[in-house]
Amino acid sequence: MNKREGEGCPRKNADGVQDGEASGIPSSSVISVFKVFQQELDTKHDKYERLVKISRDITIESKRTIFLLHRVTSVPDTEDVLNEADAKLDGVRQKIGQIAEELRGEDIYQFHRAFTPGIQEYVEAVSFLHYIRHRSLISLEEINARLVFVRKEKVDPKGSAEALLLSAQVLTFQVTPSDYLLGVADLTGELMRLCISSVGNGDIDTPFQLSQFLRQIHDGFSYIGNTGPYEVSKKLHTLRQSLGKVEDACYTLRVRGSEIPKHMLADVFSSRATLMDPEEGVV
Amino acid sequence: MSVTEMFSYIQGFLSADQDIREDIRKVVQTLEQTAREILTVLQSVHQPSGFKEIPGKCAKARELFCTVKTQIADLKTKFPVEQYYRFHEHWRFVLQRLTFLSAFVVYLESEALVSREEVAQILGIEVVREKGFHLDIEDYLAGVLIMASELSRLAVNSVTAGDYNRPLRISNFINELDSGFRLLNLKNDPLRKRYDGLKYDVKKIEEVVYDLSIRGLAKEPESALDK
Repeated sequence: MNKREGEGCPRKNADGVQDGEASGIPSSSVISVFKVFQQELDTKHDKYERLVKISRDITIESKRTIFLLHRVTSVPDTEDVLNEADAKLDGVRQKIGQIAEELRGEDIYQFHRAFTPGIQEYVEAVSFLHYIRHRSLISLEEINARLVFVRKEKVDPKGSAEALLLSAQVLTFQVTPSDYLLGVADLTGELMRLCISSVGNGDIDTPFQLSQFLRQIHDGFSYIGNTGPYEVSKKLHTLRQSLGKVEDACYTLRVRGSEIPKHMLADVFSSRATLMDPEEGVV
Repeated sequence: MSVTEMFSYIQGFLSADQDIREDIRKVVQTLEQTAREILTVLQSVHQPSGFKEIPGKCAKARELFCTVKTQIADLKTKFPVEQYYRFHEHWRFVLQRLTFLSAFVVYLESEALVSREEVAQILGIEVVREKGFHLDIEDYLAGVLIMASELSRLAVNSVTAGDYNRPLRISNFINELDSGFRLLNLKNDPLRKRYDGLKYDVKKIEEVVYDLSIRGLAKEPESALDK
């Protein structure tokens, strides 16, 4: 490419292109301008990649937390499991802190696509934990309230004199309403599984609570309808299926419950673990 | 907060979001209209008669860019400035077109590559994100690439119009641009796709130059370059 640059360009590009860059460099000014572009693009892509990686880690850790939480039905001491899950989520929050740090001074939406899967998964995990503990839906404010990070700063990016002092920097990360919505949509799938497995364990109250809760969420999503982002309408379909499964499970419980005396019902469900298979098969 | 309350809160957010998008779309439509007008003005340089009127056409296009300035100023008021990338998709296309048009005007006037600062100045926007509504680097590069294909067309038409020197100058310019783009590490994104088309423009112009040189039609600039 060198033979091209040599000819004819100093004459043409004397004006119009950045000053300091062009002078003193033998190659053409266009080349020097593009070198600056190269740097800018590379910085941007690097940041994007770093965010994707953090997002993946968040997804993996959140999924593990969800699996852990599913063990709640079969373990005698639920509090232990919940605390362990909380500890895991603290680790996830640290990672979100890294995202917040990467995004400091940036437009969040410029890199939003890099980390949205991770954040949705986190919303799913944290709302699942919240449901198991409080039997209610975690609000967006509650999620955002826990994503405030205090960093001890040694070097201030602005590089001023007082930056050398240890200044505590407060970083926040805001989950966008759309991410929250999509995370909650994923949550319903987990709730459906929780319902089915608690039936298997002979817990006859949880399924009814869950079906009520799921119905509320379903109503909420129907209320939003297609005003939301595109993915919502896709998830709404899955949500309907989950709701159907849970409602069928409750139906079966009610029908069986009227046949068998209540004190025996739990025994019936817990002694016959196979019972849940035909229920799932119905749907 | 109950489930219903939470969902109506989200719904409120979503419909506010939609209103903003609606507003932006309206302004972008007017912008697209102006961009088409400018394009029509500039298209006439491909006509044999248009070659003599290039300065006039450019002046007319510059006038229309004033309209663009006011329209973009209007666009800026439609959304919070720090949420540029949230709505970026809405004006990305038109901004690339406008970059192309201003780059084309600047090329016709001075035969130089427009800098990002100049485009920003012509459109009445900023270069760096921190200062407000700005020109994203990828949009700038995409606009420059659109200009490259326009120039390959211009090379062909200038031969038809009897201007045998212009293709050689265009060839130099495009080759320079090509080596510039080669410096970039592009990801597999729309910009990369567009860049992949640049080689065809280069090829086409080289063919034109070849045709001219084997017929001895391109002698004068050759001697000028050999100095």
